[in-house]
Amino acid sequence: MKGDKYKNISNTDKEKRFNILIYWLTLLTYTPVINCYLDHTLTLNDQIPANPTFMSNTNSNSFNAVIVDGCRIPFLRSGTNYNDMMAYDLGRMAIKGLLARNPVDPKDIDRVIMGTVIQEVKTSNVARESALGAGIPNTVPAFTSTMACISSNQAIASGVDLIRTGQARIILAGGTETMSDIPVRFRKKFRQKVLEARKYKKPTDFLKFFKGLGFKDLLPELPAITEFSTGEVMGESADRMSARFGISRIDQDEYAMRSHHLAAKATEEGLLKEELIPAKLPPKFEVVKQDNGFRDDTSMEKLGKLRPAFIKPHGTVTAGNSSFLTDGASACFIMEEQTALELGLKPKAYLREYNFVSQDPGEELLLGPAYAIPKVLDSMGLNLKDMDVVELHEAFAGQVLSVLAALDSDSFAKENLNRDTKVGTIDMDKLNTLGGSLSLGHPFGATGVRLVTTAANRLIREDGKYALVSACAAGGQGHAIVLERYEG
Amino acid sequence: MSYLNISHKDSVAIITLDLPGEKVNKLNETMMDEFSSFLDKLETDNDLKGAVLISGKKDNFIAGADIDMFQARETAEEIEQLSKDGHKILNRIAEFKKPIAVAVHGSCMGGGLELSLACHYRVCSRSSKTVFALPEVKLGLLPGTGGTQRLPRLIGLQKALTYMLTGKNMYTRQAKKMGLVDEVTHKDAIEEAAIKGVQKIADGKFKRDDKCSFVEKLLEGNPLGRKIIFSQARKKTAGQTKGNYPAPPKIIDAVEYGYKHGLKNGLENETVLFGELGATQESRNLVNLFFGMNASKKVPNPDLVKPVKKLAVLGAGLMGSGIADVSINKGDYQVLLKDQSIEKAAEGEKSIWKDLNEKAKKKIISEFERDQIASKVTGVDSYDGFKSVDLVIEAVFEDLELKQNIVQQVESATGENCIFASNTSSLPITDIAKGASRPENIIGMHYFSPVQKMPLLEIITTDQTADWVTQTAIQVGVKQGKNVIVVQDGPGFYTTRILAPYMNEALKLLEEGASIEYLDKIMKDWGFPVGPMALFDEVGIDVGAHVAETMSPMFAKRGVDTKNKAQDLLDAGLMGRKNKLGMYRYTDGKKKEVNSDVYKQFGGSQRNDPDKETAQQRIALTMINEAVWCLQEDILSSPTDGDLGAILGLGFPPFLGGPFRYIDQTGVQNIVDTLKAFTEKYGPRFKPAPLLEDMAKNGESFFCE
Repeated sequence: MKGDKYKNISNTDKEKRFNILIYWLTLLTYTPVINCYLDHTLTLNDQIPANPTFMSNTNSNSFNAVIVDGCRIPFLRSGTNYNDMMAYDLGRMAIKGLLARNPVDPKDIDRVIMGTVIQEVKTSNVARESALGAGIPNTVPAFTSTMACISSNQAIASGVDLIRTGQARIILAGGTETMSDIPVRFRKKFRQKVLEARKYKKPTDFLKFFKGLGFKDLLPELPAITEFSTGEVMGESADRMSARFGISRIDQDEYAMRSHHLAAKATEEGLLKEELIPAKLPPKFEVVKQDNGFRDDTSMEKLGKLRPAFIKPHGTVTAGNSSFLTDGASACFIMEEQTALELGLKPKAYLREYNFVSQDPGEELLLGPAYAIPKVLDSMGLNLKDMDVVELHEAFAGQVLSVLAALDSDSFAKENLNRDTKVGTIDMDKLNTLGGSLSLGHPFGATGVRLVTTAANRLIREDGKYALVSACAAGGQGHAIVLERYEG
Repeated sequence: MSYLNISHKDSVAIITLDLPGEKVNKLNETMMDEFSSFLDKLETDNDLKGAVLISGKKDNFIAGADIDMFQARETAEEIEQLSKDGHKILNRIAEFKKPIAVAVHGSCMGGGLELSLACHYRVCSRSSKTVFALPEVKLGLLPGTGGTQRLPRLIGLQKALTYMLTGKNMYTRQAKKMGLVDEVTHKDAIEEAAIKGVQKIADGKFKRDDKCSFVEKLLEGNPLGRKIIFSQARKKTAGQTKGNYPAPPKIIDAVEYGYKHGLKNGLENETVLFGELGATQESRNLVNLFFGMNASKKVPNPDLVKPVKKLAVLGAGLMGSGIADVSINKGDYQVLLKDQSIEKAAEGEKSIWKDLNEKAKKKIISEFERDQIASKVTGVDSYDGFKSVDLVIEAVFEDLELKQNIVQQVESATGENCIFASNTSSLPITDIAKGASRPENIIGMHYFSPVQKMPLLEIITTDQTADWVTQTAIQVGVKQGKNVIVVQDGPGFYTTRILAPYMNEALKLLEEGASIEYLDKIMKDWGFPVGPMALFDEVGIDVGAHVAETMSPMFAKRGVDTKNKAQDLLDAGLMGRKNKLGMYRYTDGKKKEVNSDVYKQFGGSQRNDPDKETAQQRIALTMINEAVWCLQEDILSSPTDGDLGAILGLGFPPFLGGPFRYIDQTGVQNIVDTLKAFTEKYGPRFKPAPLLEDMAKNGESFFCE
């Protein structure tokens, strides 16, 4: 996830210690609206085993899932142009953009699946609201998947499953996230009082409201920023993991700089045009055409000046080598192969094997890809060298480099993967060549579809056969999927 | 078949109105007769406490009186009798000993509302489908079954006058607020609520609250206050109708008479005035227009229509975004709005969103509905996604070469069955189709600005246009809420072609010394909503000049002088409202002022206004004569289309019935005589169309009535 977010939040916390009177007055008026959704969203801790029945149908006669098209609105730093939008609005724009450029009658869509992490209470099934708001008929079911940073990877995986099992032919999978409007709540005691107040009957009952309520209880509370199970901040985990794999500050800064420069280059050369759809923001309908998070002028000098954000003073993870708070949304069409062809669409790639893995959220919070990648390669009988395109989610530079180091380590392979030799090295020329989450941004719920879309587009542009997509997520989970370019 | 289904519930009779074979209920003689015999039964049945009237139609209570009933009656006396018959039964309801309630869901118009007013208790559903109105004024009539008497007594004089004089809709919230209805509830509970209402009244437990405000009571409660109201209403109405429409003053008369002489006399007087109005030529013309408009909302050959789901509009300017607007709001189409840059396309999306947002602010739709509707249009800057587009409507700059290029681009971006429609106002569609690989798919769809408000769509077919293409285009137009006429291709088609000589004649008069404001005034007096000079500015002088250029060869062939005066104005930098300088000067927040600089090019600053009637005739007859040329040359397929097109597209005075009805009513021979006299005096442009001369010779008319 992200580095300087925690700093921001504590600053905001300080700034928000005013207007409390207004807060609770408003609250008394809108008592029934209060609800709680946040605690668990950042702390997904369930073990989801990969289902073995779906593991080996690459060449069978069953239904093949293909990605036909994918797009995203530009990813923007939080608090910038999307500041007034809800996640619902962002999701709507992505869906609408996808519908506009594809010959699919919205009523023929079998399911809409959207990933999201920070949930807005008003739109807890944001997939449904975004779908309806984007003009998809009310007869198309929609559900929201939430699995931290791999939420929309899960959306795609669910879509693939529905297609393979013959339950669906056209899936709209996507993700949406705003970090510009995270739900700020009242403290537990105050919340309890407010809910209790609904039962008050006489005006004098309201005197009870203040009984036992201290000034501190009136302060707003920001969403949990730590791993629920361990109480550790994600940046700390990344920092510790970098130390474990011997990733230096310089290595991390260099990787971050690479990401920013590649994103800038790709944007300038128009290589992201295919996946970007312009966002037009009401009421003024200003047009946003590209991401605003990457810094083409980033240098080692600039990055070197930043102080450690989590482990002070000797830590190596800084705001500069972490992904930043981002708003954005993505959407893609996943279809059953024949259906796509009947619609006259040329699929970009087959969605082949995928898996989800999970480890100890304390020690290996962000190491998921090191487990998921060998597993998915084994299931297809392929190895890293066969991969022409690799798209890895970049939560922290230190995290990416740790994953690469783990894959390239014999001892890690022996101790953790139960294999004799290392998985191998990933050629840097194939990895995230258009930038990554560090530079393009990371709207949690939307990143997975970006990775898969980019990988599919790169396969075609770079004339490759296989693409590997992998990502880590809070809760110590991870995901990997292999795409095979669609020939013909 | 029965018009009324009667059942009993809790000692109350439930009467379900269900006109067989129709989508909506209309009040006609049969239904009234059945109702009358029901009342006989209700009167004597001691088990029944009262009755509830409800509709068996979806989203309709009663659409009004069946207008065919007027068509069948000629004289004022016959029409008065019709009104009297209605009164008889409505008065009986009003005075009935047992309470009768209405439970309204859906539209409740005209006679339907008057019937409700005669009942003793009114319940309506809380639904956007539920609308009340007394639209008789639009047909040149007055509410002739007690409306002029009962409505003011229920909701107050001023409000009642407003609704009767404009015919505008009243929605449930207002209806409740004003006391038109006694209760509003959800649509599945209206019957129960009405039953309860009947029981309350039967048990003597109901008293209606007066919803009029203190100020209203103060003003309306005494003869002097009412006198002020009536005189104000008369003044305002006269300003708006210019004395051309007899109905509004009669409505005021009817209401006033009722206040002076009591309800009973007022009701009787209403029938007399109704008869008088019904027999006027103005009302006849408006009723014919109504029928013409209804007919123009039907697809003649629906079997040929191919499905259209996705539309593309090229050009996101005023016209393009307007077309997109009606396509998503009324037509429920998915629309790609393409312009050269995404920013321009976004501007188009913005204008549509703004209108929707206004509606959301007024709570006509919710914010979510706004999002949902707005989502149907997507601004784009490329042909991506055009493969699945069924119909492309281009609204780009009026340039033949540009349009021909666009045809080719569109053809390569779209599938075999994609229709290409041009929204040109004057370029021949045949020329646009030159070089096309699928000319049979090319058609003209000429919308009028502002598209959201102007009801007409002029569809232009070429010799090559396939029938399914025409029928599909009509279907799309109808879904967009338009009244559609289909005309043949030719310079300026129909509407632009008849407008051109009209505008030309106005410029001639300007050149001869008439002042700008005078020309506008006399044509507004004649019945046009906008004068020709102001119209120049609205349409754009550049457009006017371009149209004149396109049409001049055709007029030159008939020996007409085709000097393009509009071009001179354009060369002098005048474009009309778009650059705030035209026949008038436009300053934000200020009233427009005459631009006297124009006179420099039109006969100097000395102005000398000509005789009003001659000037009106010269301007109007050029248009009317040209309409006949269009019929003669088969541009028009019927005089009805010609009348509709002129009224709905150009603002030809509706009370005159359109150019062709105007000729019939003035007398073909009279028109020919005037035109001949004008030809001698002013030149060959007034030469009557040969068809007109033939008809005069043979004593024929366009309509047989």
